[in-house]
Amino acid sequence: MSVLTPEAWQAVALSLRVSVWATLVSLPVAILVALLLARGHFWGKSLLNGLVHLPLILPPVVTGYMLLILFGRRGPIGSVLAEVGIVFAFNWTGAALAAGVMAFPLMVRAIRLSIEAVDPRLEEAAGTLGASRIATFAVVTLPLIVPGILAGAILAFAKAMGEFGATITFVSNIPGRTQTLPSAIYAFLQVPGEEGAALSLVAVSVAISMGALIASEILAARIARRIGR
Amino acid sequence: MSLTVRLRHAFGGFTLDVAFEAPAGITALFGRSGSGKTTIVNAVAGLMRPDEGRIVAGDTVLLDTAAGRFVPPHRRRVGYVFQEGRLFPHLSVRQNLLFGAFFAPRGAPREDLGRVVDLLGIAHLLGRRPGMLSGGEKSRVAIGRALLAAPRLLLMDEPLAALDEARKAEIIPYLERLRDETEVPILYVSHSLPEVARLATSLVAIDAGRVVRAGSTTTVLADPAAVPVLGHREAGAILTARVVRHHADGLTELAASAGPIYLPTVDAPLGATVRVRIEAHDVIIAREPPSAISALNVLPVMVTEIAEGSGPGAAVGLQAGEDRLLARITRRSVGTLGLAPGVACYAILKSTSVARRDVGAGDRAV
Repeated sequence: MSVLTPEAWQAVALSLRVSVWATLVSLPVAILVALLLARGHFWGKSLLNGLVHLPLILPPVVTGYMLLILFGRRGPIGSVLAEVGIVFAFNWTGAALAAGVMAFPLMVRAIRLSIEAVDPRLEEAAGTLGASRIATFAVVTLPLIVPGILAGAILAFAKAMGEFGATITFVSNIPGRTQTLPSAIYAFLQVPGEEGAALSLVAVSVAISMGALIASEILAARIARRIGR
Repeated sequence: MSLTVRLRHAFGGFTLDVAFEAPAGITALFGRSGSGKTTIVNAVAGLMRPDEGRIVAGDTVLLDTAAGRFVPPHRRRVGYVFQEGRLFPHLSVRQNLLFGAFFAPRGAPREDLGRVVDLLGIAHLLGRRPGMLSGGEKSRVAIGRALLAAPRLLLMDEPLAALDEARKAEIIPYLERLRDETEVPILYVSHSLPEVARLATSLVAIDAGRVVRAGSTTTVLADPAAVPVLGHREAGAILTARVVRHHADGLTELAASAGPIYLPTVDAPLGATVRVRIEAHDVIIAREPPSAISALNVLPVMVTEIAEGSGPGAAVGLQAGEDRLLARITRRSVGTLGLAPGVACYAILKSTSVARRDVGAGDRAV
């Protein structure tokens, strides 16, 4: 097994950055959407549900192409954001956006399940003890769904680390700019004799994903003990 | 302070239509399961919105559908002790207890944590998590949590229903102290007559969504006409008596207004006032003072009222000094003895027929 080349290291670092940002930025949005889907009663709920799950069922290439149309330099959203200095096209931020969108349904699903597992009677009890709905969410619901949030975040992070189709369609495969770990593996595989480099990246990829999973298991067990489940 | 409730609510082919008043002390909402008791309590807490109604606690209007007023639950300051406790699993017992105090308005009259903890005997549990508590301990913590939220009134929805007899016996004295030592009116949902007789100062009997009887517990329980509503088997009046002497043979002598009575050891100090529930089917009536009889308690009484049903039984209301007794005898005996309102006779009661759980601390209202 060969040692990682600087280019490969770059891809690993970029993937980590992309995944961390994708996870952190989408987390609050995912909690809000999960809350709406789990507890809300409003017109268009199934529409929102479908929209959230779309990236899960569409071919990643389609999602990536849609992002390109919407968030590209000349796209309706991309052109507006470009004026305030936020550029997604052919940039690592675009890779983060693609990863975030692809991971979003998994994150929402995990958080939604944990919200649905919270006994609403506990929230009622908090209400009778003087806690407003917002306070109840902060001191009762949120602590009880932390394991679900954690699970959703880890799942999303792992998904973001592995995202390939939408990313390469949306922001291409530019070393040092948009070449994430999977794109790098793909690039190495295109060149005869670079299978070794690809294989060592595969090992890194497996290590990071396993590490994240184990960390989340340990954290979840610790939290479960703390909240007395 | 008192609570006034008037509610009308239709749901699932059932109409709840009640109006009653709950003064200070414990007011029991008594009735079969499905009679609408929990719905009433939920409406008072603001957890459900009735079709129509008005709920006033002291001088605060909590609900007035005619005026379009609905105070949300978290602004009602109504302490609710749920049947299943509903303690927060992620917080310690101490944090659970202080949960409500944290949200209570600054000026609200507060219970002191130390006092409540002592009252309920939960000092040793403060550092634990609810998951580590027994059923009885959970109930006590839930009661403490509601008390410490500086409530205007307390709602208790069958707080003892999930507990076995031993745990009940453990908690009832705490509830008696609560009744006698705090000013907060308590609305207490129960379908157990012995529990109601022991704890409640007033009683509201609910059947199929209607109030069928309401008044002070002693009055309602001594009313022969209320027997069919409360249940024939469990009917029984409350006698108030003062502990006079603990005898060496294990009997406690008490002074009731109609004369001395002897009961198996009563766990109360000399001079204490206790309420004793005397089950109606344990009372024997005689026209002459009996002689050479094993029963120790013979009280001179006067018949006040007789309620006869379609069955062989009759409920006889008796005036015993200032107290009232209830006897369930046969219609045949009513005839043979010539019992009628105004007739003087004797009520005979075996000491051993009074169970320990039927003797409780006397409250202010009695």
